[in-house]
Amino acid sequence: MGGKSLITLWGEGCKIPRLSDSRLAGYAHDVRVRVPLTVGIAGARVAAGLSRLVGAGGGTTVPGKVLSSLDPELLDRLAQRLPLGAALVSATNGKTTTAAMAAQILGPRVRLAHNASGANLLSGVTSSLLSAKSPELGLFEVDEAALPEIARRVRPRAVCLGNLFRDQLDRYGELEHVAEGWRSVVQGLDPAAALVVNGDDPQVGDLARERSGSIVFGLDDPRHAVPELLHAADSKWCLRCGRPYEYAAAYVGHLGAYRCPTCGHARPELGVAARGIELRGLDGVDFSLETRGETRPVRLAVPGLYNVYNALGAASLAIALGSKLDDVVAGLERFGAAFGRFERIPIGDKRLLVLLVKNPAGANEAVRTLVAGGPPKLAVLALNDAIADGRDVSWIWDVDWEPLLAGLERVVVTGERAAEMALRCKYGGFSAEAIEVVPQLGAALDRGLELSPTGGELVVLPTYTAMLGLRRIVADRGFVQPYWERAA
Amino acid sequence: MTIRVAHLYPEYLNIYADRGNIAVLSSRARWRGIGFEVEPISVGDELRPGEHDLLYIGGGQDREQALIAPDLAARGDAIRESVAGGVAVLAVCGGYQLLGRFYRGRDGVELPGAGLFPHETVAGARRMIGDCLLACELDLGTRATLAGFENHAGVTRLDDGAEPLGRVAAGFGNDGESGFEGARVGSAVGTYLHGPLLPRNPWLADWLLARALEHRDGEAPELGPLPDGLEQAAHVVSAERAKSRGGRF
Repeated sequence: MGGKSLITLWGEGCKIPRLSDSRLAGYAHDVRVRVPLTVGIAGARVAAGLSRLVGAGGGTTVPGKVLSSLDPELLDRLAQRLPLGAALVSATNGKTTTAAMAAQILGPRVRLAHNASGANLLSGVTSSLLSAKSPELGLFEVDEAALPEIARRVRPRAVCLGNLFRDQLDRYGELEHVAEGWRSVVQGLDPAAALVVNGDDPQVGDLARERSGSIVFGLDDPRHAVPELLHAADSKWCLRCGRPYEYAAAYVGHLGAYRCPTCGHARPELGVAARGIELRGLDGVDFSLETRGETRPVRLAVPGLYNVYNALGAASLAIALGSKLDDVVAGLERFGAAFGRFERIPIGDKRLLVLLVKNPAGANEAVRTLVAGGPPKLAVLALNDAIADGRDVSWIWDVDWEPLLAGLERVVVTGERAAEMALRCKYGGFSAEAIEVVPQLGAALDRGLELSPTGGELVVLPTYTAMLGLRRIVADRGFVQPYWERAA
Repeated sequence: MTIRVAHLYPEYLNIYADRGNIAVLSSRARWRGIGFEVEPISVGDELRPGEHDLLYIGGGQDREQALIAPDLAARGDAIRESVAGGVAVLAVCGGYQLLGRFYRGRDGVELPGAGLFPHETVAGARRMIGDCLLACELDLGTRATLAGFENHAGVTRLDDGAEPLGRVAAGFGNDGESGFEGARVGSAVGTYLHGPLLPRNPWLADWLLARALEHRDGEAPELGPLPDGLEQAAHVVSAERAKSRGGRF
């Protein structure tokens, strides 16, 4: 059975004798232990299967962890074997969606190794390489803080950098530290590698100046600018001189067309732009994709300006990798939604609308999208504080929930920090009597559904582990497949 | 009856949801029929001692703190004079550091402080991150706990005999070893705890409101209790977090 195989893998791995390099062609090895790569891959698949069997989750990082501990340079070697190389996508917000959109564009033409389930640290990237069947191109979303190490090991041929927002300060440290890491990544890229950056983010757009030939993408439709920067706006101060930027248009958080009136530091020229944007509520968004004098209409099936950014990132990355513009558009239009980011799940005669929230900028966009689509009267807000959510829950106070609260008649708060979420609503001006605190996720879901009318849609805004928990509950009841089955 | 508040550098120092603290102060004043007016004071704006009953200063990232430090340091006399006259102060994280004598970064660069709190801060090699629980006795005989989250590399050393905000029951505190957290001078308190601090510690919000009213009217008011069930529930969860997983590096 599977369990025995795993033990055998470990045991044999440790007993494999030291071989000369000439005999190791095609094998993983290092100075401590040596595991034939083929055996290792088989074993890793077993490990992933085991992880699923014991219900530990998707098993999406287990094989990478198991084998990387045997061979610290495993990722480097696996990446080198990719005939078309690897592309990395990183951002505070939207990296999963951007990579998934790029996979839709590239997938029909090349075999991908893609960490679709969002396992975006070293182990997750390694695991996705192990589980892919003779992949040609690696397409990986990468955690912002892990990018320097993963880029050093993978030696990507293209990197797409989306945005930097404050996020989990207890884990990542301050924004500037992450930005410094990214700068080092850009400086260390292979000379032939392509760099794709979001020009609308001052910190990220500036990286294009490090490298000629970078592809800069951004929005160009001031009709959709917000009247003023929201509370949580980061990067308000000029990178060069520290004076406040002036925004001709701010679209999402601090992303937009900025210029420093003092020293002139401004958004770089856009090589890939979205113009003529038409929001279609919660159903999607249309825009005109423009690059190098060519224009194509795009109809996205996911909503919000932030998804236009994700689409531009994916399009630019695919263009950098040689995709034709028509393939780019076809891929973007095929795209449904990345796992758990924006999902509609039918449950009997009602349905759930799940929007992941994980930091102020992302939550602000979720609120904006919901309100634009017709403000709901009831919502379930699910706040956990596991490491993946951020142990520090103070970020919920930086989110502008008020436009959502203004339309709500009742809110159900849940998760391990349900009481904290309740306080955020209360001190946001929401009546304490209309707040129901139901810490247990399943009970909160039941309560929300009970309060929803037949045929209605229950809006649920969960943090990451709360989303996983809710999905598990819904899957146990037979309404959705577990994601590791879907992503396979 | 209105409490006049000066919020220092709100557009620079707002990293850990500082507006949550302001929302709590403002709501708890209004629920008792007390007005609450907030005036933002930023670089170059005048701060005249006695015109405000409460000063609030939050935390920022290193870059933002460096941008406002010289302006804040130049207000040292005005701030010390205010506090000597009974003005209440809540300073959190970066604001707490910059109200001391100085903050010295990892690069050796020193930011001047306003010199209100008797302490000095030097950035250390490790970050002190995690839930934190304090035992406080701001008024003799009245004991209460504060539950919050700390995230700082700065090691803050209080002068001998200086009064901390509280004793660390779980977490790191000012320096990770003295067992002290925060500082208190008269009606001014500074702390590393954010979270934000006041929603789950409403007694401190009420203490600050009372001190602000005392400054305004010359006598301590009786503030009636408010229904704080949600606040207490959040306090209990946060306190349990501090006890069970406390600080980590």
